Amino acid sequence: MTGRLPVLLVMLILAGPALAAEHPAECQVAAHQVENIFALPHVAKAIAAKHLQILVLGAGSSLLPGGGGEAYPVRLQRALGEKLPGVEVTLATDVKPKRTAVEMVKALPASLASAKPQLVIWQTGTADAIQSVDTDQFNQALDKGINTARTAGADVVFINQQYSPRTESMIALSTYAETMRWVAVQQEVPLFDRFSVMKLWADLGTFDLYSATKKLDIAERVHDCIGRLLADLIVEANKPAEHNTSGGR
Amino acid sequence: MVAPLAPVKADRDYRLDLFRGLALWLIFLDHIPSNAVSWITIRNYGFSDATEIFVFISGYTAAFVYGRAMQANGFVVSAARVLKRAWQIYVAHVFLFAIYLAEISYVAQSFENPLYTEEMGVLDFMKNPDVTIMQALLLKFKPVNMDVLPLYIMLLIWFAPMLWLLLRSPSLALVTSAMIYTFMWAFDWNFPAYPNGVWAFNPFAWQLLFIFGAWCALGGAARLQRWMNSPFVIGLAFAYLAFAFFITMTWYFPRLGVYVPRVVGDIIYPIDKTNLYVLRILHFLSLALVTVYFVPRDWPALKSRVFWPAIVCGQHSLGIFCLGVFLSFAGHFVFTEVSNRVIMQFLVSALGIAVMVAAAALISWYKIIERQGTGPRPPAPKPGYAGGDA
Repeated sequence: MTGRLPVLLVMLILAGPALAAEHPAECQVAAHQVENIFALPHVAKAIAAKHLQILVLGAGSSLLPGGGGEAYPVRLQRALGEKLPGVEVTLATDVKPKRTAVEMVKALPASLASAKPQLVIWQTGTADAIQSVDTDQFNQALDKGINTARTAGADVVFINQQYSPRTESMIALSTYAETMRWVAVQQEVPLFDRFSVMKLWADLGTFDLYSATKKLDIAERVHDCIGRLLADLIVEANKPAEHNTSGGR
Repeated sequence: MVAPLAPVKADRDYRLDLFRGLALWLIFLDHIPSNAVSWITIRNYGFSDATEIFVFISGYTAAFVYGRAMQANGFVVSAARVLKRAWQIYVAHVFLFAIYLAEISYVAQSFENPLYTEEMGVLDFMKNPDVTIMQALLLKFKPVNMDVLPLYIMLLIWFAPMLWLLLRSPSLALVTSAMIYTFMWAFDWNFPAYPNGVWAFNPFAWQLLFIFGAWCALGGAARLQRWMNSPFVIGLAFAYLAFAFFITMTWYFPRLGVYVPRVVGDIIYPIDKTNLYVLRILHFLSLALVTVYFVPRDWPALKSRVFWPAIVCGQHSLGIFCLGVFLSFAGHFVFTEVSNRVIMQFLVSALGIAVMVAAAALISWYKIIERQGTGPRPPAPKPGYAGGDA
């Protein structure tokens, strides 16, 4: 997944004028990375009924440490509320650090039963890569999680791994990222490509993801942008007219 | 069975050195994370990557070098040489692991960022070095990008007995190898890894390409000659390369994905690197066919200075491979500690390749003076030179 910079820059230039201007510019530079061709029927119904319940299922990168900062789930909820006036957006989270996909799927039925969401945002793949979980197992867990959520009446959106330049030579993400991409296409699940979005921010210098710091400011801005772009993806997924056009947004 | 075939031509095929050298450069570029220069490498334009080239050519040269040694000195001596080579590679791997530990320990001390608490979990293994280092010595714990040498060790251990069969009945050896590949798919054969999972390069799968390379060296390529020059086969290879190129583009431009019919996707995915999925083999074979078609063995440019840097790297593949792994660690270190601007990425990439070439030239020079230093002794039938290192 490395080395896409020249291609991305060309795409960025092409996509430039078409971008909406509602988010901070720092988020917006990566908006064209958020592509989705799959609809979210349960979400569409929920929006029509004016109440959307979201469950975020995730691991450590869905949190900010110390509880001081707001991570992306809360920011997603707020952004959706702004984008969907009149719709009540509520949020439940099932987020614990260092969990693999298999572990999350085990916890999923209980969370679904208590939250009763129409949308499950599923962030996974990092702990699996760190522990080099068998990719077949990872793949099966993804399939099982999607089926469990759908049976419970919820759509699924995947979030893949973070781009983490410092640890890039230590965690072999690519196999797991590819597995997620493949399962997403097969199961027609939108994939929020967090890795590419953050990679672009790092390449363009939007956010300095290399620096060693204890401060939360950059982390919070990154999570804010992720929440906002995620909200875009979810809202766009329910505009059927745009699904088959080939132009930029 | 077919009559035994000896290595066909004794003079050196510089194409092997050239493409192995280029593969080593590509592996180096791919191993530096977030390197803008790596967009030129072949893995971005098709299914297979430089690893296939490296393994195939290594099989080819191993057969060439040790095949002659076996004819001259018999099975026991040459098998012992193959195993000695495997031991050297093991030592090289452990050496690289030590360098890796040094880099990791440094990063663990210096890095903190609230965004990446989850990712820093990868350093947890440093908390119990007793287990981790032992598992690394057993080749079960293999850090990122350190999978190729353990694979190479296994391939050589397997190659020692296979060479015996290859020299008596190359085709039977190839069939045996293909059967193991098939059984691997049928029964999920692989070696266990630590802390979880299996080897990232499954030796039961990749041995097929290695033995196929050896088979080609021992007369197989000559037998395929008629096919290799057929315009129909070349056309087929081109068509397949174009197909793979399009599919690869859909990974970078998801919008193109709608043009890939679902059936096609269901058939081709996942394009498994661990188990060397057959589409990857076909892609490598197509690349090889097209290359051999356009670059004949006696192409005069092969002896020109333009290709010398790649050729000299290809001739000392083990040393240069290890150096490449080290340089990719160092390159990543420069990105994190100094600068990761695109200009820096070009600089680090170019400098790394320059260092690889200089080191290869140095090794060549050492070989020459060592040969001179041994005085008037008759030249031993040393395998090192005929086709480069094995």
